[in-house]
Amino acid sequence: MISAIQSLGRMGIEFCDHVGRSGIFLLQTIFRQPKWRQAWPLLSTQLYRVGVLSLAIILLSALFIGMVVALQGYNTLQKFGAEQELGQLIALSVVRELGPVVSALLFAGRACSALTAEIGLMRATEQLSSMEMMAVDPLWRVVAPRLWAGFIALPILTILFNVTAIFGGHLVGVDWLGVDGGSFWTNMQSAVSFQHDILNGIIKSLVFGFITTWIAVYQGFYSKPNSVGISQATTKTVVYSSLLVLALDFVLTAVMMQ
Amino acid sequence: MRSKVIDFIVGLFMLAGLLGLLLLAFKVSGLTTMVGNGAFYSVSAEFDNIGDLKVRAPVSVSGVTVGRVQNIVLDPVSFRAKVILQIKQHFDKFPKDTSASILTQGLLGSNYISLTPGFDQTNLKSGGVIQTTHSALILENIIGQLMFNLKNSDKPTDKKEE
Repeated sequence: MISAIQSLGRMGIEFCDHVGRSGIFLLQTIFRQPKWRQAWPLLSTQLYRVGVLSLAIILLSALFIGMVVALQGYNTLQKFGAEQELGQLIALSVVRELGPVVSALLFAGRACSALTAEIGLMRATEQLSSMEMMAVDPLWRVVAPRLWAGFIALPILTILFNVTAIFGGHLVGVDWLGVDGGSFWTNMQSAVSFQHDILNGIIKSLVFGFITTWIAVYQGFYSKPNSVGISQATTKTVVYSSLLVLALDFVLTAVMMQ
Repeated sequence: MRSKVIDFIVGLFMLAGLLGLLLLAFKVSGLTTMVGNGAFYSVSAEFDNIGDLKVRAPVSVSGVTVGRVQNIVLDPVSFRAKVILQIKQHFDKFPKDTSASILTQGLLGSNYISLTPGFDQTNLKSGGVIQTTHSALILENIIGQLMFNLKNSDKPTDKKEE
């Protein structure tokens, strides 16, 4: 009984310890004297690996998600003779929810797990310590570019996801099922508001990019320096960031849609 | 050299993001449908009841869209809804006695305005007023009238039974 309470207490203390350490870690990484000329090549490499290389999976899933939403929506709307509202259905569900959330989940699986594994292996093979020995700050050299690349890449990926998903919906709805193209776009344009739907979706993706990359670099940086530790850290990154994305999505939606 | 290639690809990636945002803004949310008023002229029409008509709803003739609803205001004196229609300059030969009616797309669809051209020799000008209008059909009103008629037609039979 007592030992159970003890372990609960230890868990609580460890949780607080983790949250505090990750917060300090984040602040130390972000508020760093910027050296733009040296930092740009590092950032550009990371943007390429985190953003451009994730494009294939994001765009492909966006296409199929748009197509599936169109197919499902058409079957239901057709019962009420309202299939010309298909464009509105696709655009609103993609721009508000599916775009930011699904691209964040894919991003966590595709890019963030790789970040954790990479930084974790650097830790395990003492590359980070040797950088410090050479008076190169690993936070600046390794962590900061990856963090910023994640912040920048996810909103761009989300925008491209939205565009591709709507294109996929158009492909199925208009070209295959024969919904009128004009009313497809007109209904969409009269229903979707730039400020309330599209910008809010992008704000969501900014928050998700921030959270997922933060978890990834933190887990990698403080992973146990052995093979089990790296595998644990990678798993934790994917699990924590997926859960946080879904939970935060609910909170953000509740705040924005009031 | 390799760094320059990567820089270029990353630049393309960012450019694609920007382009996507523009596409979302203009094509999906219709942020600036009708930017320039140059190719349009506007006429107004007063309705007793506009039902569920919204700004930017289509204006069509024989089912072909020729313009959009630009604005809807309530006339403070007559208490009728004044709808301002924006019609493409291309269709400037509407007779003066053209009539406007508010119809519904499908059973649950949104409302739109249908114009029926008349036979007058003079044409509608920019800023002109469409005189003949037909209000939107309000389902509750129709049901109410139906109930009223049914009750009235029931009464005589009731009396006879008594």
